[in-house]
Amino acid sequence: MKRARLSKIKEPVIENLFLLFALTSIIILALIVVFLFKEGLPIFGKVSIKDFLFGKYWYPTYDPPEFGILPLIAASILVTLLASVIAVPLGVLSAVYISEIAGRRIQEILKPIIELLASLPSVVIGFFGMVVLAPFLQDVFDIATGLNGLNASLMLALMSVPTISSISEDAIHSVPRELREASLALGATKWETISRVVIPASLSGICTAAILGMSRAIGETMVVLMVAGGAAAIPESIFDPCRPMPASIAAEMAEAPFRSYHYHALFATGVVLFVMTLLFNVIADCVSHKYKQVGTATL
Amino acid sequence: MEFRKKRKLIEGLAFGVIRLSTVIICLALAIMLGFILLYGYKAITWTFLTQPPTEAMTKGGIFPAIVGTFYLTLGAIVVAFPLGVASAIYLSEYARQGRLVRFIRLGINNLAGVPSVVFGLFGLGLFVVFLGFGSSILSGSLTLGFLILPVIIGTSEEALKAVPQTYREASLALGGTKWQTIYKVVLPAALPGILTGSILGIGRAAGETAPIMFTAAAFYTPKLPSSVFDEVMALPYHIYVLATAGTHIEETRHLQYGTALVLIALVLGINLVAIIIRTKIRRKQTY
Repeated sequence: MKRARLSKIKEPVIENLFLLFALTSIIILALIVVFLFKEGLPIFGKVSIKDFLFGKYWYPTYDPPEFGILPLIAASILVTLLASVIAVPLGVLSAVYISEIAGRRIQEILKPIIELLASLPSVVIGFFGMVVLAPFLQDVFDIATGLNGLNASLMLALMSVPTISSISEDAIHSVPRELREASLALGATKWETISRVVIPASLSGICTAAILGMSRAIGETMVVLMVAGGAAAIPESIFDPCRPMPASIAAEMAEAPFRSYHYHALFATGVVLFVMTLLFNVIADCVSHKYKQVGTATL
Repeated sequence: MEFRKKRKLIEGLAFGVIRLSTVIICLALAIMLGFILLYGYKAITWTFLTQPPTEAMTKGGIFPAIVGTFYLTLGAIVVAFPLGVASAIYLSEYARQGRLVRFIRLGINNLAGVPSVVFGLFGLGLFVVFLGFGSSILSGSLTLGFLILPVIIGTSEEALKAVPQTYREASLALGGTKWQTIYKVVLPAALPGILTGSILGIGRAAGETAPIMFTAAAFYTPKLPSSVFDEVMALPYHIYVLATAGTHIEETRHLQYGTALVLIALVLGINLVAIIIRTKIRRKQTY
């Protein structure tokens, strides 16, 4: 009897303890926001938010310094878009292959390969882009340097393919079997079934995959730090060296004097980057929840 | 008849494109691994693995970097494992669908999406500066631990959810309390899956560079760390330093390839172990 009463007190305590643990992720996220803003906001005592975001010149070490991150934002957007143009088709099509066309054995080989690709350290991919792809691009396109937006985009694409592929595959996999059978029974070929039934039915999942892939690309640091070329000017073509936001933060933080305007400006750049990825993730979350496929009823 | 032929032709073309994209991905991976293996294996000697760098990092080995990566990774998993498994237990065993859970999940998803360099800034702001840990194993481990937390939560929750409901019902029917059920029935059954997730987390932590750049990694230090407040060298950062910041970038190319090969072998090895364990669990799972 006593034990029963004891467990009546103990059980809710344990439950709430676990709730507390479950809240750590939220707390960490909140701490990230607090510390980014704490160290980033002082820069706006020096430049206005508008000049910071839309200023065309990033010369943090000049006298007087210029803190306009438009070139960095432009570079980030350029490499992310180009990387997605390459990675989204590759990722989605490979997901279609794995879940619809490949036999069981090939499936069992391909899935780990995609996972291995996802687990490659970004610094190694950046290193490959630097020492192998850059000289290659330089020769093929006959350009001054192979360290440019194109190289960064190709390497970023390689990094986001596994994300896009595995999330798309989950989405395609969850399309009910009856839909495929119905389509095939009506005389459609396998490709017609895939393109007109399976892909439309899993479109929300595929969109989520694409958005998360882009989010991964825009926040990726080592690749753009090592292969994008580092020029802090608004890129005019994909062959121009450029300096996306993460590269700027990683490259300059070591040299920026502690709590100088440069230091604060880098944190503020981190805020911009953080807000962008947060937006991507929230949009992805909304897409996947709002258009969630529930059985066959909502088609 | 003509129409049918055309449809078959289109199907063939489409499948060709689909196959091609899969081949491109595999080929890209193979080329990358091939280059690093081909140029890297020559650098791998006993001296390389067991000695510190010498002569301004143009010769010698990478032993301090291997040790540093080991400590940072160990620290990260010590931070992330308890937090992650406990979060997963709440989400899978206690939580009822509702606003709170939706909120927690949104938090976890967003944490997973935070760019690694932002984690670095956060670690710099909170651990290095605000808490005064300095650039150290402690700061780096905490930063990496928070980075891999979503991985641990995700895989642990999956493992807990895979434990059949009948196990829980049997335990509760025998008079076990909810906590006893979780502790004595659900957790042991889910343990292999949870460990797999942790191994994946370790692999992720070992390869990250940006989060440790401002929080733990030293450009060069021949001495091994003696406390958690020491700076360390780390494999990923060492590759970056040799490839971009050295004065003899071309001459140390073989060292760069060698370090990259060691890192890849480490990370892929860790992941392979996790994948093998998982495949085994799935085959064995009779429920």
